[in-house]
Amino acid sequence: MMDDLRELYQEVILDHGKHPRNFRHPDDANREAKGENPMCGDRFMVYLTLKDGVVDDVAFQGRGCAISTASASMMTELVHGKTAAEAEKLFHAFHELCTQDEPDIPEGVDDETMEKLMVMSGVRQFPVRVKCATLAWHAMNAALHGEASASSDQF
Amino acid sequence: MSDAILNQAYDVQRVREDFPILARSVHARKGKPGKPLVYLDSGASAQKPRQVIQAMTRFLEEDYSNIHRGVHFLSQTATDQFEAVRAKVARFLNAPNDRCIVFTRSSTEAINLVASSYGRTFLNEGDEVILSIMEHHANIVPWQLLQAEKKIVIKVVPCDEDGVLDMDAYRGLLSDRTKLVAITHCSNVLGTVTPAKTIAKLAHERGVPVLFDGSQAVVHGMVDVQDIDADFYVFTAHKLYGPTGLGVLYGKYDLLKKMPPYQGGGDMIESVTFEGTTFKAPPSRFEAGTPPITEVIGLGAAIDYVEALGRDAIAAHEHDLLQYATQQLSQVEGLRIVGTAPGKGPIISFALEGVHPHDVGTIVDQYGVAVRVGRHCAEPLAERFGVGPTVRASFGLYNTREEADALVQSLQAVKEFFGA
Repeated sequence: MMDDLRELYQEVILDHGKHPRNFRHPDDANREAKGENPMCGDRFMVYLTLKDGVVDDVAFQGRGCAISTASASMMTELVHGKTAAEAEKLFHAFHELCTQDEPDIPEGVDDETMEKLMVMSGVRQFPVRVKCATLAWHAMNAALHGEASASSDQF
Repeated sequence: MSDAILNQAYDVQRVREDFPILARSVHARKGKPGKPLVYLDSGASAQKPRQVIQAMTRFLEEDYSNIHRGVHFLSQTATDQFEAVRAKVARFLNAPNDRCIVFTRSSTEAINLVASSYGRTFLNEGDEVILSIMEHHANIVPWQLLQAEKKIVIKVVPCDEDGVLDMDAYRGLLSDRTKLVAITHCSNVLGTVTPAKTIAKLAHERGVPVLFDGSQAVVHGMVDVQDIDADFYVFTAHKLYGPTGLGVLYGKYDLLKKMPPYQGGGDMIESVTFEGTTFKAPPSRFEAGTPPITEVIGLGAAIDYVEALGRDAIAAHEHDLLQYATQQLSQVEGLRIVGTAPGKGPIISFALEGVHPHDVGTIVDQYGVAVRVGRHCAEPLAERFGVGPTVRASFGLYNTREEADALVQSLQAVKEFFGA
């Protein structure tokens, strides 16, 4: 039982939750989307700076629980420098990891990235928290597609 | 009667035996035993005693039929039992008679009924409805729908830092434009009990009717709608140890009588032709379609149950729990209780510094402790106190001091986890 908790709240997650990376609003961001979880009021803005189809900068702001904040923070690190297509692929891979016992991972995600994505997969044991983990990822994906917002109602 | 005398008579361990679910554990895994359930979420929905479960089962097995229709034996039996509960609810609220009691699906539907039927008929553009900052969404959104349709104006009574309703502000908001006041009798987040009698008196001086949302209040103490002089009073069965799917609207008969139907259908009409239909008198006028018959029987058993324990005795027990839990929680470093009004109900909302309520909820759950986390369907209030979402522990007639201790211990574990 407590093992599941340790799996969910790994040190790296607690660290990202407390000290989120890229927690800022870049001046040159050219895409942004809001991610909202109406159940708990968690709300993030995800900012992307797309240059020639590449995520040149990615950052976020807002408030949320340890899980949603850590996931947002780790998302920024993983997506940075990727092409829009690669970033979208990561979103799908992450979504699969958080929701499926036998995840169907898209091809072309390297091992190191997979390992980082896997950190959050403990959330599968806590179904009500999956929306926390995927919130910023949904917002990032919405921003990629030029949409203004993503609500966890629709996840 | 002093609390001590009452508490001696109140045997909580025996009370707990009436609630089968309280004996279970949670999170048992592959041979590992689970944790005993510590249910501190009665404010969201209360557990049901065997007496309620059995009354519903017995009714379904022996006496079930549709009501108000058949000439056959069972229909008459079921109708008699159903209507007996209406009379029981009237006594429970000290309503003048059972014609003032309308069965609905929920408190929410009861408020929607008033907003839709009374509001659309008697409220016009520019008329004002006074709510309070501590309303549940169920007592906000129906008025906003009316606002969109009729261009009424919504005024909001604030509260102070303790969560006490600002009565001076309320007096100031009452005006010739005020056409209705709709305020909670007990906040589901802060536990604040509002001065219903004074609220009604001040409104009545201007001829303004008042609706009280009693969803929490009826559970934790005596409610006398005639003493308060409520024009409308709503509550729900499932928070009162009864079944889901059933709410109650009390309305003064003179008001109900001049209100048009809320929904159309069977059981609410006198005669139907395609040229026109005439409606029955209240309460039937507002009870279109087959009602939740078995649930009404369950509510009757729930009322019997709390009355047998004694509503004063329950209130005294819950007050003891509230004081004890407040004292214990106050010793947790970094914990801030939101809602400290004198005479509040046994509901404690709090924030733990440095840890989001969702994380608190997930971790204490692993220790068997069930609490509510979030904004508790009262988003404006969460903003008012600047804390965003909170953790809420709500106590019922079956909770114990040991369960309050279990909550505190699990919070210590949360703090260790987060180094908070």
